[in-house]
Amino acid sequence: MPDIILSWSLIATGAMFIIAIFMVTLRLLRGPSLADRVVALDLIGTLAAGAVGVYAIAKNEPIYIFVSIVLALVLFVGTVAFAYHLEKGGER
Amino acid sequence: MMQVLASLLLVFGGLFSLLGAVGILRMPDIFTRLQAATKTGTLGVGFVMVAVCVHFQDLGVSVRSLLVIAFLFLTAPIAGHVIARAAYFVSTPLWNKTALDELKHAIASDSKDAPAQPAAPAPDDDDASSRPMRDEPAV
Repeated sequence: MPDIILSWSLIATGAMFIIAIFMVTLRLLRGPSLADRVVALDLIGTLAAGAVGVYAIAKNEPIYIFVSIVLALVLFVGTVAFAYHLEKGGER
Repeated sequence: MMQVLASLLLVFGGLFSLLGAVGILRMPDIFTRLQAATKTGTLGVGFVMVAVCVHFQDLGVSVRSLLVIAFLFLTAPIAGHVIARAAYFVSTPLWNKTALDELKHAIASDSKDAPAQPAAPAPDDDDASSRPMRDEPAV
C-alpha cells in the first residue's frame, strides 16, 4: 500500500512541476521587462532542480542529486550577472 | 511509514511550486512577482529535498540534499534583492495601486542634502588640482 501511495504522489508531483514550469515559461515569453524574464528564468531553474529531485526518487538513484546542486549553484551566478548587466545600463 | 511521509512531503513541495508559478503568472508587478517567485520556489524545492532525505535514508544523500536546501536558502534572497534593486534603478514601472515607495523618499531626501555639500569644496578642488599642473613644468 505505501508503494502505491508513493508512486501516485510521484506522478502527481511530476505533473505539478511540469505545469508550474509551463506557466513560468509563459511569463518568460510574455514578460514586459528584462527583469521579469530574469525572475522567470530563475524560477524555472529552481523548479528544474526540484524536478530532478523528484526524478531521483522515482528512479531510486541518489546520484541525480548532484544535478540539483550544480543547477542551484549556476543559477545564482547567472541571476547576479544579469542584475549587474541591468544596473550598468546594458541593453534592456 | 517513511514512504507515506516522503509522498506527503513530495505533494507539499509540488503544491508550493505550483503556487509560486501561479503567483509569477498572475501578480501585477515585477516586485510582487519576485515576492511570489523566490519564496514559494525555495520552499517547494526544500520540501522535495527533505522528501529525498526521508526516502533514501542514507547519510551521504541526506548531506547532499541538505546542501541543496542550504544553498537555495542562502542564495535565493540575495538574488531576489539584487534583481529588485536593479529593476528599481532602471525605473521599471511600479503597480499603479502601490501605496508606499519608501526608497523614492530616501533618494529624494539624499539628493536634497547632497548638492549643498559638494558645491562648496568643488572650486577649491579645481584650484588645488590645476596649481600643481602649472608648477610641475617649472620644477
